[in-house]
Amino acid sequence: MTTAVREPAARRVGLIGRINPSYVALLAMLAVIAWITPSILEPAGFMSFLRRGAPLAVVASGQLFVIVVGGFDLSVGSLMTLTVMGSALLINNDPDKTWWVIGAMYGIGLVAGLVNGLVVTYLKVPSIIATLGALLSIKGIALAWSGGSPQGYLPENFRQFGRMALHDLPVIDLLPLAVIVLVVVVALFAWLMHGTNFGRLALVVGDNARAAALAGVPVRLVRILAFVLSALSAVTAGILIGGFSGVSTDAGEGFELQAIAAAVLGGAQLLGGRGSVPGAVSGAFTLTALFTLLNLLGLPKPLRDAVQGLILIAAVAYSTRHQT
Amino acid sequence: MTDIAAGSERIRSRGLSLMPLVMVALSLGAYAVAAATTDQAGQISLDGLIGVLQRSVALGIVALGQTLVILVSSIDLSVATLVSVAAVMASWLMQGDDRMMLPASALVLALAAAFGTVNGLLITKLRVNALIATLGTGLILQGILSASFNDFAGSVPVAYQLLAYGTIGPFPFSVLFLFALAALGWFTLRRTRYGAHVYATGGNLEGARLAGIKTGRVIVIAHVLCSIAAAMTGLYLASRLRSGAPWVGRDGVYDLESIAVVVIGGTVLAGGRGGVWGTVAGVILFGCLDAIFTMAGVDAFLKQVLRGIIVVAAVAAYAFRGREWVA
Repeated sequence: MTTAVREPAARRVGLIGRINPSYVALLAMLAVIAWITPSILEPAGFMSFLRRGAPLAVVASGQLFVIVVGGFDLSVGSLMTLTVMGSALLINNDPDKTWWVIGAMYGIGLVAGLVNGLVVTYLKVPSIIATLGALLSIKGIALAWSGGSPQGYLPENFRQFGRMALHDLPVIDLLPLAVIVLVVVVALFAWLMHGTNFGRLALVVGDNARAAALAGVPVRLVRILAFVLSALSAVTAGILIGGFSGVSTDAGEGFELQAIAAAVLGGAQLLGGRGSVPGAVSGAFTLTALFTLLNLLGLPKPLRDAVQGLILIAAVAYSTRHQT
Repeated sequence: MTDIAAGSERIRSRGLSLMPLVMVALSLGAYAVAAATTDQAGQISLDGLIGVLQRSVALGIVALGQTLVILVSSIDLSVATLVSVAAVMASWLMQGDDRMMLPASALVLALAAAFGTVNGLLITKLRVNALIATLGTGLILQGILSASFNDFAGSVPVAYQLLAYGTIGPFPFSVLFLFALAALGWFTLRRTRYGAHVYATGGNLEGARLAGIKTGRVIVIAHVLCSIAAAMTGLYLASRLRSGAPWVGRDGVYDLESIAVVVIGGTVLAGGRGGVWGTVAGVILFGCLDAIFTMAGVDAFLKQVLRGIIVVAAVAAYAFRGREWVA
């Protein structure tokens, strides 16, 4: 019955409908930017665009896992801030400490992700509340630790991930380290989501947690892992952002919402069951392109936020319309 | 059969109605202990208590609106922005002029109602997830506000400050207003047809719709009332601060805190269960906690950490026995 009703719609959507709309949006956005400033088509311009979008793309692909299992992770922005401020405090101008500090930051991320996951799965606190609480607490910890203002500097060997580039390469000329990090992380996450059993289980859990549990899926473990991946991606994004914008108390501000917006733009379904890593990455770059464009048009930052709100609503309204 | 069902329902609702009292008693007890142990026994007085309540009024009014929205199984993240907009608009329109008090307030409330309608229609007609819809409208509104104003705008006339500073006997208007609004909310929810529809819609949307309830309208009205409540908080803040600035709402974290207080008060995030007195108790709990932190001299950032933990712990205290899967 339902299949009979749905069939024509499915046929009408056809091939074009199956292409992720965020790819189209991204291409359109890039075309407009190229029309205004052709420099983005040059290798240097394009690489700098990729580098600017890298932190959001990384944190969006982590967020995607949490969205796919049916939750939200609002704590990623403050975790990015904590990574930047905590690294500066721990390194304390001694470049030799960089490596173990990066390790320590991933340790903190692991703990934050585990706490989020355990609170959601065992204490049954809805993730929106649990991670909002984490947002407040983590930001509070970052500010209490540093006394409320940015302290210390990040040495060059820490900042290289965000701002160094390999030069004099053939064809592309230069390759920022941030882009290499981006490619590695995205490839890893895409493999986890689309190439492993864990990814399939995540989709099943998000689609119907009860059914998944009855079928023997370790629902709690899958959800906890999703939060851990999201937190680790936030630490990675924090290291990148610390590299090119330095130490500040609002380094990660707004990233949680942008990451959710990027995932949704890329076709992820809120409350779980559907989503793709390439889609989320494309959504992240669509947003980055949009901000670049609004910047080029000379719009003040508050209006850029307003446009972001509009896009967010439109994307969700669009995907709701097309999924039923 | 029906008698048994009705009877058990009554017992359950009676059991629930004790909870707010217990929470208030515990909060006040903790407050008293904290005051006594930090050598500030003077705070254990009617004045000290009224002070705590008065500092909770702004959050309380927003939270009452949020209660209604959460009861219909929706959520409103745009309240903080709306508080700022209302405060700025009111003081900007008044410019210290007595004659503008009523028109400005009326205009602000009407604007809030229109905004709430948009929220409600996005959720019911375009079927946008409530979280995203109100987040988005909040971002849009905050963007427009911050682009237009970047500091305190205008001022409210002295007469308008009575709203925040006037008293009847020992009781400030604002505290009385909060309790009057809570009583009105209780009456609406428990004694009117709309209230019954709210619980039905939040409890089982499809069931309510099949029973002939215009669920879309119920949800839109809830959002309109919630937006009006947020605007009232904005008017109150403009009166208290003597002017409005585009960051007053965001600084108060009214979006998050109102949700936290509602949930701590026993209203279920999934909708259909809870009520206003729980929310009032949650507001008093938050007010007491804040007072305790201040008396104990807790550092502002540490306070933020503790608040985050308390919100999660309080929700967990209700949720962890539940059998539903949450995400």
